[in-house]
Amino acid sequence: MQTKSILLLIGGALGLFVLGLLVPEWLSYLMIIAMGKGIVVLGVVLLMRAGLVSFGQGLYYCIGAYVAGTLTQFAGISDVLLILLASIAASVLVAALVGLLLCRYRGIFFAMFSMAFSMILYGLLVRSSVLGSTDGFNVLRPSLLGWVPSDDASSDLVLAVAVVMVMILGSLMWLYFRSLSGYAGEAVRENEIRVEYLGTSVFRIIYTKYLIAAALAGIGGTVTALVSGHVDPEMAYWTTSGEFVFIALMGGTSHVAAPMVGAGLFELLRTYAFAIAPYTWQMILGSTLLLIIIFLPSGLWSLVSRFSRQARG
Amino acid sequence: MTRHVGRAELSLCSLLRAFGAKVWDVVMTQLLAIIIDGVVYASWLFIIAAGLTLIYGVMRILNMAHGSFYAIGAYAGAGMVGWYFSTGSVPWLSFAVLIGAALIAGLFIGLLIERGLLRFMYGRNEVVMILVTYAILLILEDAIKLIWGVEPYFAYQPYSLLGRTKLAGLSFANYDFMLIVVSTLIGLALWYGLNRTRNGKLLRVVIHDREIAQALGINVSRIFTITFLIGAGLGALAGALTAPGLSVVPGIGIEVIVLAFAVVVIGGLGSVSGALVGALIVGLARAAAVHLYPEVELFVIYAVMGLVLAIRPQGLFAVASARKI
Amino acid sequence: MSALLETRNLERSFGAVTAAVDINVSINAGEVVGVIGSNGAGKTTFINMVTGYLKPSAGEILVDGRSIVGLQPRAVVRAGVGRSFQVAQLFPELSVLDNVLVALGLSVDRKLTLLRPLHSQKRRRKALEILAEYEIAGHADEVVATLPQGVRKLLDIAMAMLSSPRLMLLDEPTSGVAIEDKFALMETVMNRVRKSNAATLFVEHDMDVVQRYADRVLAFYDGRILADGTTAKVLSDPKVQELVVGHHLDIEVDSADAYESTVVPMEVRNA
Repeated sequence: MQTKSILLLIGGALGLFVLGLLVPEWLSYLMIIAMGKGIVVLGVVLLMRAGLVSFGQGLYYCIGAYVAGTLTQFAGISDVLLILLASIAASVLVAALVGLLLCRYRGIFFAMFSMAFSMILYGLLVRSSVLGSTDGFNVLRPSLLGWVPSDDASSDLVLAVAVVMVMILGSLMWLYFRSLSGYAGEAVRENEIRVEYLGTSVFRIIYTKYLIAAALAGIGGTVTALVSGHVDPEMAYWTTSGEFVFIALMGGTSHVAAPMVGAGLFELLRTYAFAIAPYTWQMILGSTLLLIIIFLPSGLWSLVSRFSRQARG
Repeated sequence: MTRHVGRAELSLCSLLRAFGAKVWDVVMTQLLAIIIDGVVYASWLFIIAAGLTLIYGVMRILNMAHGSFYAIGAYAGAGMVGWYFSTGSVPWLSFAVLIGAALIAGLFIGLLIERGLLRFMYGRNEVVMILVTYAILLILEDAIKLIWGVEPYFAYQPYSLLGRTKLAGLSFANYDFMLIVVSTLIGLALWYGLNRTRNGKLLRVVIHDREIAQALGINVSRIFTITFLIGAGLGALAGALTAPGLSVVPGIGIEVIVLAFAVVVIGGLGSVSGALVGALIVGLARAAAVHLYPEVELFVIYAVMGLVLAIRPQGLFAVASARKI
Repeated sequence: MSALLETRNLERSFGAVTAAVDINVSINAGEVVGVIGSNGAGKTTFINMVTGYLKPSAGEILVDGRSIVGLQPRAVVRAGVGRSFQVAQLFPELSVLDNVLVALGLSVDRKLTLLRPLHSQKRRRKALEILAEYEIAGHADEVVATLPQGVRKLLDIAMAMLSSPRLMLLDEPTSGVAIEDKFALMETVMNRVRKSNAATLFVEHDMDVVQRYADRVLAFYDGRILADGTTAKVLSDPKVQELVVGHHLDIEVDSADAYESTVVPMEVRNA
């Protein structure tokens, strides 16, 4: 059973990697971006399952991206693994501080204050000329354990990193959602009083989730920065966080694959919308969001699970 | 000898005094600039925030689309003023055109959204309502682009029409002073409306406890519509009043909404007087940053907000709502 | 030897309203205490203070001689005081089994394991055993939101009992339960409580139930303790009969007490 699922995961990763190599370059690029964002949305979903909507995951997304940028551009460090570790460390560190304040809040307050915190970073970045102000700066090509890939192989390395990250983090989160900690989030969403009277700190549960979500957003930001080769303050702007919330709602919160599928659809939709009717992209987003809220409150994944349930009998 | 030393002392003293006076002058000028700029900025913020907080207080909807009302007001006002001046009519009437156009557009879109969509959603979770209004914001953003295009609009004429005033060596636009007056008038009107009129009192009952209000036979649905229209109107008005001072470009609504949130949160969600205090705090903090240390302009607003929240999580003037079973 | 629970001059006011004053109670291990009193007499306020939900305005609360004033509910629970609620506090969208599994994890294992699945054969079996003890195992796979009132009450008590409290406070265990089911429910609950050797305090409006199960009765009136003694003595007290027992029959819905036990967020969420 255990080995079977591990084999399945490795097979899935290989399949995804090969697919990324086979498809045209723009689609491969889009795939990696979608995986990066999907990882961020995994964290948004984690919080949503605990009843919290964060409009500020852009904060950690941006931190992850800027860590990648700063390390490659200014510190001469290009090793992917080091960059990822640094991103996680930076995101979790900031989240540990911000979370102390933020995790006391629920509902719209959590949503708005998380937004405000990401806007603080935005406000700082647009005015820091060292980091390129509003234009941001370029991220150099990554390396892996001393191997510096050529121009062509560089995007393959990022693709591999993205695929491995998605598979590892996806499996970990899959396990997590089934564990006591995972259920504790739902318990908090459903009834905080009961959780406290079971002798457990609600704050601690939420704080832990917030840190995990921050780490995921940091990783997602790093992946995005490495594939796009560029970072700018827009990543911390609240509309970026709004996108993550949108993807989370579109995919639904019931399965770890939902954020990935949601992110993929989102990027595909955006590409076509920009090509066909440039000024209607947000309108499409908004209308879709309304339709989802009204008709499909559990997200697109609920369709998948409904079908599979029907198929099973 | 002694006289000589005395003279030297004297000249040193006068030198110091002159230096002091100079520093004093600079500081006072700087301070004056900060206070006036801050209050002007606060006046503008208050008009936006008042509408946002009023809608939240009564309807429990934190309306993200408020930013769009602002943008629509700015576009409608600027567009009509541009057209008005091209006809070569009496320049002074342009103020009426500016405000009239914005109000009509704001009220129309407000009515459309409240009657056409929001009223079917009442009673839903507050977070869901944020998402709904976020969706509306996205839709309106593109609707604005489709109607007014993406080129900037300028409606500088009303701004320059009023001229400038010199104050302690600094030059201020009279239009900005007018903004302070208008904002004060709006504040007074809101205060009077809420505290001295029958409808205002009904509104406060709804703010305090919606269920009791319903039980008392108050037509809550009508009050919601009216509140939403007032809020939308205020948002559009704020847009129109800012339009002459800057170029109206896509995205201004998205920028403004987070600022308005900060103001409203500092003052306490749902409190109009809180919005006033929040606007003054944010306005002055920003003006101080702009004059003294421009790098932190945006940062300072949210830092103040974070500070207030760390000390007083419910905001400075949170409206007490009835405890429910 | 100090009492299990002791309160000294406990007091609580909400603004100008004094909900409880001069509450001096001492409960020893193994005691079963019935609490009676009309609505707003201060019963739930008392329980809320003892379990850390409300901070007393004045006075002292000692568990095993150790002060628990100012502790959060979770710390009070860990100190050995459990409680059930007038309105059952459950996880409505989870199944009955999942409610117990989560409660077991949070109150007994207390380790927030990250990757080990919550559902294991062993844990499932244990949860089902617990449900069987409260005679609600048949509802295991039902979603809580669809449960009848009596089952909810039992589940609420079962979850509170998981941490093996030495003092169990039952806030109206039979409210909302049909008259003919009250004794059956109390029988199940008291069986479990007796087996666990916990001292018990239960709030009850039905004097028949009080007489049957309580060794001792506390009568609350107007925020004070009107009488405290053996069940027979307190219930036969003319003052108690006039002010407390006479009252309860008239008023069924407990609006004032419900107000006290209002489920407000632990911290500011929607100010």
